[in-house]
Amino acid sequence: MPGPGRIVRAPENFLDATQIADVQAGRRDFLRGAFLAAAALGSGRATAAQGDDPAILNLPEHSRALGQPVAARGYGLPSEHEKNLQRRESPGLTRVGGSSVSFAPLQGLFGIITPNGLHFERHHQGWWDIDPTQHRLMVMGLVREAKVYTMDDLMRLPAVSRMHFIECGANTGMEWGNVAVPTVQYTHGMLSCCEFTGVKLSTLLDDCGFDRKKGKFVLAEGADGSSLTRTIAMERALDDVMVAWAMNGEMLRPENGYPLRLVAPGIQGVSWVKWLRRIKVGDEPWAAKDEALHYVDLMPDGTQRQYSSIQECKSVITTPSGGQTLLDKGFQNVTGLAWSGRGRVKRVDVSFDGGRNWRTARLESPVLPKCLTRFNIDWAWEGGPAILQARAMDETGYVQPKINQLRAVRGTRSIYHNNAIQSWKVAESGEVTNVQAY
Amino acid sequence: MCRLIEKCCQAPLLLLYLAPFLVIVPAVAGTSFPGIGRPATPAEIAAWDIDVRPDFKGLPPGSGSVEQGQKVWDAKCATCHGTFGESNEVFTPLVGGISAEDIKTGRAASLTKPEVARTTIMKLATVSTLWDYIRRAMPWNAPKSLATDEVYAVVAYLLNLGDVLPNDFVLSDRNIAEVQARLPNRNGMTRNHGLWDIKGKPDVTNTACMKDCVTEVKLGSALPEHARDSHGDLAQQNREVGPARAKPEAAGAPAPPAAIQPAELARRKACLSCHGVDNRIVGPAFRDVAKRYKGQDGAEAKLLEKLRRGGSGSWGALPMPPNPDLAAADATTLVRWVLGL
Repeated sequence: MPGPGRIVRAPENFLDATQIADVQAGRRDFLRGAFLAAAALGSGRATAAQGDDPAILNLPEHSRALGQPVAARGYGLPSEHEKNLQRRESPGLTRVGGSSVSFAPLQGLFGIITPNGLHFERHHQGWWDIDPTQHRLMVMGLVREAKVYTMDDLMRLPAVSRMHFIECGANTGMEWGNVAVPTVQYTHGMLSCCEFTGVKLSTLLDDCGFDRKKGKFVLAEGADGSSLTRTIAMERALDDVMVAWAMNGEMLRPENGYPLRLVAPGIQGVSWVKWLRRIKVGDEPWAAKDEALHYVDLMPDGTQRQYSSIQECKSVITTPSGGQTLLDKGFQNVTGLAWSGRGRVKRVDVSFDGGRNWRTARLESPVLPKCLTRFNIDWAWEGGPAILQARAMDETGYVQPKINQLRAVRGTRSIYHNNAIQSWKVAESGEVTNVQAY
Repeated sequence: MCRLIEKCCQAPLLLLYLAPFLVIVPAVAGTSFPGIGRPATPAEIAAWDIDVRPDFKGLPPGSGSVEQGQKVWDAKCATCHGTFGESNEVFTPLVGGISAEDIKTGRAASLTKPEVARTTIMKLATVSTLWDYIRRAMPWNAPKSLATDEVYAVVAYLLNLGDVLPNDFVLSDRNIAEVQARLPNRNGMTRNHGLWDIKGKPDVTNTACMKDCVTEVKLGSALPEHARDSHGDLAQQNREVGPARAKPEAAGAPAPPAAIQPAELARRKACLSCHGVDNRIVGPAFRDVAKRYKGQDGAEAKLLEKLRRGGSGSWGALPMPPNPDLAAADATTLVRWVLGL
């Protein structure tokens, strides 16, 4: 409701072309002036003295009145002002939404936890909100006794909680050949990280008395239309694979497999079967469609790698990143994420000159195996052009490669497992764009 | 001797004394969580045990001919995959790009040629994968609706479309291994890489150079000009405060329309999986439907009936499946919305 004294929203969201030109010409003070002018225009009150911020002099409504009561919303939501941060489709990537991807808005997230509502999605035949009382898990195959569990059963078993990243094998895949998309949401957004709670798969396998001699592989299968299957190595299954029902403190979201999904740490997302209904123990891999025909990596000689599973060490600067504009010269906190499917991130280095020189970034705690790690590094931008890159190293000693190094071995049509160093170009205008530099 | 005998007698007596205090555990061998989970019945296992392995373990007996396959194809597959399996309108093409030479060598030669679009038949190395997938996941909107013999028939027809099987072929569990030996890319896959085992050896390495690492930075690629606006207004994809903003979209670009309730319903009921508002996907664009029925008496009732019972193929070979679970109120909302477009 407009009225005298109402705070006018500062024109902070938009820099028009004239304003950007002013920034380029070094007229930084225009920002403060424009702010005052707009506020004075909108408020209908006397213009504040030069230097006094109307946002302070004119008490906002929320300082002079009663706010909303508790439990106004039984399930709380983000601020209205955060509506720009949504998971989004990449236009033209797929023809049908039921077999598609939505990308997490990494440019606007903090820390290492992905809010459940912004978790990326990848479905093959759409998602459902399944009745948990009707959902069943069957464990069978090379076991002493095939068993059926209800959700009640599973949630009584010894529970564990672990924090892990999940990354689609095709993350960044559209840029094997060249730059294709404008922002970090689309280049790297098939990535999320949660604290998962569930029962260890090894507990269920032991409960059914799996054949320790012959049982070398596990098949995981979903209850959705696609009933997607993937083969898991028994070594992985017994190590840290979980059958999970919770993400970040609440039950899985329907879009992420409610009420049950597989959590296969360090392994590409397609193996994290959603709406999990069946575990089968076997002595041979199954050559499921999504490991033998799709999710295969084409090599330059025409062969394709099947059963590619491990997500190798990777990192990306999330701010500043493509599609953003730096407002001003001077101090910037440059921030981003690093992860490795083979263990812990050991170090992240950042370059501001396209890879000529590097400085080591700070890692925020916790630094956990097969989990996102947040890094931050100081930068004093002097206003000239720059190319920002992050390069991660994991505890195996592996160093994240450059895109040209990857192409030299795998060609340009591999589709999957693009863990190249990402470059963001900062122009003198402050505009940040997606480039490939090496 | 008496003492010995006494001792020997005492032992069994001891056991007898203790017997009532021995706890008899129910004989559920190996389980440490009594009462949690229960054995699966044979019928339950049969209902879900649908996987087929490359050695054909799990493949149910059955058969289907190329001719039968064509009937199933035209009725249930062609709308998404094309009459000849060649369509790239909805999903990637299934057939094309292989030669008789490939069938001999088992390597699809055109996989090395970037100008040849990759089709399923160019990649498929195990026919079990195809059989397994079609049975569990196809048709896309009605998975697991094909009978076993229909799956055999469709696989036969698809491989016939792909020039792997002759027109008179009858595929069955007894000859599928021979078909495996004809796949044009049966030798084209490898598991020799470092991405299976967590301790696998990476194939690409970099060094952690810190100073004067490259003499000249090469700018290999940037976003092409025509793709600048491909992802909408980036200003709307960053928040209003923080260290960076986004440039506003060029003036004149339309703001995204507010979500309409019927459109959201259409999304939730999966109508939009097959019908674009402005574009054909599997079925006609909703705007085209609106055009066709514009001004027609009884159009609403007619479309409501189609929604409930299924279409009659008046827009193409694939009729719309029935939607018996769609509530009447929802159906009316949707039909009125479509007609009003």
